[in-house]
Amino acid sequence: MAARIQIPANPRRGDIIDVRLLVQHAMETGYRYDDHGKLVPRNVITELTCAYGGREVFRARMSQGIAANPYLQFPLLVTDSGDIEISWVDDAGVRGSEKRALQVRE
Amino acid sequence: MAADAQQRPVQRPLQRPIAPENLRPGSAYLSADLKALQDDEFANPGMLWVERGERMWSDAAGPDGKSCATCHGAASSMKGVATSYPAIDKASGRLLTLEQRIRQCRSERQHAPQWDYESPELLSISAYVASQSRGMPMNVNIDGAARPHLEAGRRLYSQRMGQMNLACTHCHDDNAGRRIYAERIGQGHPTGYPAYRLEWQSLGSLGRRLRACLSGIRGDMFAPGSNEHGDLELYLAWRAQGLASEVPGVRH
Repeated sequence: MAARIQIPANPRRGDIIDVRLLVQHAMETGYRYDDHGKLVPRNVITELTCAYGGREVFRARMSQGIAANPYLQFPLLVTDSGDIEISWVDDAGVRGSEKRALQVRE
Repeated sequence: MAADAQQRPVQRPLQRPIAPENLRPGSAYLSADLKALQDDEFANPGMLWVERGERMWSDAAGPDGKSCATCHGAASSMKGVATSYPAIDKASGRLLTLEQRIRQCRSERQHAPQWDYESPELLSISAYVASQSRGMPMNVNIDGAARPHLEAGRRLYSQRMGQMNLACTHCHDDNAGRRIYAERIGQGHPTGYPAYRLEWQSLGSLGRRLRACLSGIRGDMFAPGSNEHGDLELYLAWRAQGLASEVPGVRH
């Protein structure tokens, strides 16, 4: 499953930046019925974490109230250059991940 | 003069249904929040499909391992393509929508398994191709073999349909700018499609949107890929001639 990560190109050490995420996921609520009248089972991203340089900096626990293709945003204090890596898992146990290198302006 | 007329029948110049200065894009009817989301290159959910299309552009398919890039090179070669669709296929003489042209490539040139209408793969590639024309004006050819399709599309546009006995023109010409339930009715231009519709929680094609309208007036939906779709989509594209493409649009 695809995900987009947006961070500024060359932030300075000490900057507080916005990390923006967009994850492609149907976030099936479990309230809908298909064309045959059968309930479509719930399948949403239940947990999404973000690590910066290997350290967890953000965690979101989601359920069926979150719309499809969730957009998330959080502030981050820039320290060193390192990978911003997001990982998530959904009700079906399918895992996804995406990463972007954060390059500190020297 | 007379000999000329026999060899090259003059096609009636057509009056534009909406004068160019009165054309309003779909985005003009969006709330400020949705317009901001459509303009946000990162957060526009349709971009997830555009990016997937970008990744798929070089995927080999079929027995000869041809990708889109094999024949078309860089995707920038697709600038101005989507805004010229629907278009007549020179080889077969048929009118093709962009989705039909992509499907034709899959079967006749790549000899690869076909992508269904509204499949994630077809939506991703068509969104990627169409996004190359973002900002460019609609520019379909309505001459020659396309003219009968335009006329058929115009008839469909003005044809009362469904249990509610409404034609497209009743909402999109007579009531553009007014509300239906909680949404504002636009002029019915296709320039945002394929678009991410909140109602669908997904990107979808213009065809899907037209079928939604037909369902809304409690009428029979045209089958995906049918002549009715091609004709009507050509008429809508010509009606919007000159308006800039906004793909991927964000809509209710």
